[in-house]
Amino acid sequence: MALQFDPAYNRRKRRLQTAVFGLFRLLSYAIALVLFVILGFIIVKGISVVNWTFLTQAPTDGMTGGGIWPAIVGTFYLMLGSALFAFPVGVVSGIYMSEYAPGGKLVAFIRMMTNNLAGIPSIVFGLFGMAFFVTYLDFGDSILAGSLTLGLLALPIVIRTTEEAFRDIAPSYREGSLALGATKAQTIWHVLLPMAMPRVITGLILSLGRVSGETAPILFTCAAYFLPKLPASIFDQCMALPYHLYVVATSGTDIEAQMPIAYGTAFVLIVIVLVMNLVAGLIRRHFEKKLNTK
Amino acid sequence: MKKWIDRLARRVFTVSGFVTSAVILLIIGFLFSEAAGLFRQPIVEEGYVLALNKSNTVDRLSAEEIKLLFDEDITNWRDVGGADMPVRVFRLEDLDRLYTEEELGAEYEHAGDKIAEQVRADRGIIAFVPTVLVEGRTDIHLVPDHTIPVKDVLLGTEWYPTATPSPIFGMVPLLAGTLWVSFFAILIALPFGLAVSIYMAEVAPPGVSRVLKPVIELLGGIPSVVYGFFGLAVIVPLLQQTFRLPVGESGLAGSIVLALMALPTIITVSEDAMRNCPRTMREASLALGATRWQTIYKVVVPYSISGITSGVVLGIGRAIGETMAVLMVTGNAAVIPTSILDPLRTIPATIAAELGEAPAGGAHYQALFLLGVILFFITLIINSCVELVSARNKTKR
Repeated sequence: MALQFDPAYNRRKRRLQTAVFGLFRLLSYAIALVLFVILGFIIVKGISVVNWTFLTQAPTDGMTGGGIWPAIVGTFYLMLGSALFAFPVGVVSGIYMSEYAPGGKLVAFIRMMTNNLAGIPSIVFGLFGMAFFVTYLDFGDSILAGSLTLGLLALPIVIRTTEEAFRDIAPSYREGSLALGATKAQTIWHVLLPMAMPRVITGLILSLGRVSGETAPILFTCAAYFLPKLPASIFDQCMALPYHLYVVATSGTDIEAQMPIAYGTAFVLIVIVLVMNLVAGLIRRHFEKKLNTK
Repeated sequence: MKKWIDRLARRVFTVSGFVTSAVILLIIGFLFSEAAGLFRQPIVEEGYVLALNKSNTVDRLSAEEIKLLFDEDITNWRDVGGADMPVRVFRLEDLDRLYTEEELGAEYEHAGDKIAEQVRADRGIIAFVPTVLVEGRTDIHLVPDHTIPVKDVLLGTEWYPTATPSPIFGMVPLLAGTLWVSFFAILIALPFGLAVSIYMAEVAPPGVSRVLKPVIELLGGIPSVVYGFFGLAVIVPLLQQTFRLPVGESGLAGSIVLALMALPTIITVSEDAMRNCPRTMREASLALGATRWQTIYKVVVPYSISGITSGVVLGIGRAIGETMAVLMVTGNAAVIPTSILDPLRTIPATIAAELGEAPAGGAHYQALFLLGVILFFITLIINSCVELVSARNKTKR
């Protein structure tokens, strides 16, 4: 007890605290610095490569020239396809979790399954997509198989955000609607869904940001090394930005000539991810502001 | 009408509530059904057989022994349980060298006889030939084939999936590579992760935290292939120069990249856990004259230790399952690593690198699915542990 009146001890513990906090601050800034180094590196090296022809042409000369237009289109198709699958299924499933599921063990079990699905490595999704969509359902290597595989990957994120969005709506809204004679389905459709929508959309956009960068799930379900033409149907293969980056960076004959293309592809990919994050952030902020004024 | 729609909606919602569970069951089912086939595959490549001289009593050869025999690393039958005589390896190509086309026949119809002739003539011979050519012969000793044993796969220390006559699917090097690289990744990420999460939750002024949070989120949002590319373009050459390595692609390069990728998970989960520490506990500690730092490591961290552990474990899970970045920077040598500066190969990287070349339904293909099953269960166990811990915490409070 005498310790706390010991000025030397007090000084020592203050000095220790200053040192430790200083170290923590240093490490935190170091992490932020790492992010800026990675982004800066890719942006600086990539931006000089990117121009209109790079964005709108197909690769030429065995991946050493031309642009990445088919890969951009492919990635767009895959994002769209996975959203078309993951959005309705995920939202409905999330609503069930929040509004319909009886509490207790069952919900805990389903939530555990959803979390487990979120934790499964992407390459395992790739294996499953290949065995199920490509081979068993006989979709072949196609945009359809790739989108569904990626959709499964996005599903847990959509489910979780939907469930949380619905859970955070005050019970009085439900009670008000039910008291007016609306059924549960009407309440969900007319009252709850519009209120939860901004957050659900935010979750969807974030999950699409993730989908746009995934490589492992499309390796064996969809991605093509090189296609001169754009895909014509959902049963065609397509090129995709992340796979293109992998291919250009690791294989091929003329690494010197391929490097600029790799930087350009990485740049475009990073821009897509950044924009998705930014948009999601803006929607979230807009929504939070609206909520606060209420 | 209204009631009817309501009832229909309830049914639709209920069915889709189980969609994730159904997906997991499907994943388990399909991965397993492909993987289980591996243990029904013969050791020797399908359609081929090993033929020995009648006098040779060796009746059972493991895949590893067959590989050593054909690599001429085993040169005496003594080493595989036979009599003391030298081994002579005989492949189908040797047949073309020893006999003219006429002797073998246009349709290879005499090939079986010629093989038998060779095998009869040499007591120490081991011939790797198509089954159709020598089927049913009694003048030579055909080694009875058996299926690939579970033990050789799970405990085998060599991975030669394309070796002929018999591929070897020992998974220990891949498992060791995965754990090795993840272990070092966490070793690197842990001090950073703890420091940053404590700083963000307890120390930093709100303004700094507000800037750091999106930075960390963005770090988690960068695609793994971009991390791999950055690793390949920057970290790998850097390591090569610093440690004077013959090649920069190494376990360490993989660990650094994985540490970066695991950090956001560790930081976000631990930060949340610490923020949930009740204010009263902190105030009580401060009121007793403890400094903020003493409060943090004596009160806040012990209180939120299970949340912090969850974050770290989830980070490990992420590192173990990561594919593309690791594939691009670790050098992909399927040997048991002895140093972190060696090239190594992980389970996900192996699947990604080899599945494209493995013919569907073959032993190699099934072995890769088995790797997928192993990976799936490692992550399932990790996630379930985290779930259990957090569920227990909720009931505790």
